[in-house]
Amino acid sequence: MAASNTTTSNAVVTMDVFRYEPDASELPRMQRYTVPFREDWVVLDALNHIKDEIDGTLSFRWSCRMGVCGSCGMMVNGEPRLTCNSFLRDYYPNPIRVEPLSYFPVIRDLIINLDHFLDKLEEVKAWLIPAEDRELSEGEYRQSPAQLAQYKQFSMCINCMLCYAACPAYGHHSEFIGPAALALAQRYNMDSRDGASDERADVIFSEEGIWDCTFVGECARVCPKNVDPASAIQQAKVEATKDFFKSVLVPWGKRQQPAESR
Amino acid sequence: MPRHQPATPAKQHIRPMPVGWWLKRTSYFLFMMRELTCVFVGGYALFLLMLVARIGEPDAFAALLEHPGSLVFHVLALPFVLYHTITWFNVTPKALVIYRGEEKVNPVIIAGANYVGWIVVSVALIWIAWIAIGSA
Ligand code: SF4
Ligand code: FES
Repeated sequence: MAASNTTTSNAVVTMDVFRYEPDASELPRMQRYTVPFREDWVVLDALNHIKDEIDGTLSFRWSCRMGVCGSCGMMVNGEPRLTCNSFLRDYYPNPIRVEPLSYFPVIRDLIINLDHFLDKLEEVKAWLIPAEDRELSEGEYRQSPAQLAQYKQFSMCINCMLCYAACPAYGHHSEFIGPAALALAQRYNMDSRDGASDERADVIFSEEGIWDCTFVGECARVCPKNVDPASAIQQAKVEATKDFFKSVLVPWGKRQQPAESR
Repeated sequence: MPRHQPATPAKQHIRPMPVGWWLKRTSYFLFMMRELTCVFVGGYALFLLMLVARIGEPDAFAALLEHPGSLVFHVLALPFVLYHTITWFNVTPKALVIYRGEEKVNPVIIAGANYVGWIVVSVALIWIAWIAIGSA
C-alpha cells in the first residue's frame, strides 16, 4: 500500500472543467482550476474540493463515492468514467479534462438530462413480471444456481449510463433504446421466474431496439460492472433471428414476434 | 406510455455529434474499418459470381483469373477480408454464450472453434485443388 505521503507536498493538478450555466450564457465554456494533488484522491474528490474551496457554483451529481450508485459518471479526458473510481494519480502530472457524459443533453455544468434513459427503462419493462401469480402462502419463486447464472451478469448494472456515452449509435440516434436498457430487458427475459418476454418483444425487436445496434462493442469496454451489454444485445439478435426462421419454417408453431419490423 | 414525467428544463445544451467522430477514438476507427471491409467481401462474392458465369468456358475463366485487374483486386482485398474474418471470429463469443451448468463455456474455445473450422475448410479446399490439378 502506498502511504499517502502527499498531504504535505505542494504538488497540484490542473483540472479543465466543462461549464454550462444556462442563465448566464447560451454557450458552454471550459474553466481551469488548480487543485492539490493527493495519491488517494479520485476525480470526484477534486471536484468536491473545487466546490468546497474554490467555486461553489460548480454543479455535478454524486452520492455513494464507492462505485455503487452510478450517479457520478462523467467524461474524464474523453473517456466515460465513474469519477469516484478514477484516481488522480493515473493522470498526474497531465491536466484532467472533465465533461458531462457524451451524447446526453446538458442541464448544467456536469449534469446531464437522463429523462430519456428513465423512459427507456420503463418502455422495456425492466422489472420482474412473474410467469404465474402465486399466493404468499405458496412460498417463494424457486430458482437454481444454474438459472441464476444465466442472467446474473446483466443484473449487475448500476444505471450509470457510461455505456450510452460510449455508443456512437446512441450518439447518432437518441431514440435508440441503448445498451443498458436492452441488457436489463435481457436480464428479465432470461430470468426463469419472469414470464413477460412477449410484452417486451415489441420494443426490443423494434428498429429503436436491438437492430439499431451496430456492434461497436464500446459499451462492454467502458462498463464498470462488467455487464457486457454488447453481448446481451447480440444474444437477443440471435434469439430474434431464430424466432423469425421458426415462424417462417413452422408457421403453425408458437407465433413469435418477427425479427424485423422495418 | 411511460409513467415517468420528464422534467425537461427550459434550457438545455445539446452537443452535436462531431462529423469526424470515428477518427476521435481508436476503437471507433477500428469499428469503421470493420464496416468498410464489407465492400471487399461483397467484391469477392461478385468475383466468384463472375467465375461461376464462365464455368463452361475454360479460356474465359482463366483469362478472368489472370487479368491484372483481378490480381490488383485480390492484393487489395486480402488484408481487408482477413481483418473482417478475424474481427468477426473474435466477437462470436458475445453472440454465442453457452452454459455448462453455472459455468460459461470459455469464450476462447468458442472463438477458437471458428479458427479450427477455417483451417479444416481451407485444407480440404487445397486438397481438392491438389487432386484436381493432379488428374488434369
Ligand atoms: S451496463 Fe454498465 S455502463 Fe451501462 S449503465 Fe449498466 S453498469 Fe453502467
Ligand atoms: S458516487 Fe456512486 S458510483 Fe460514483
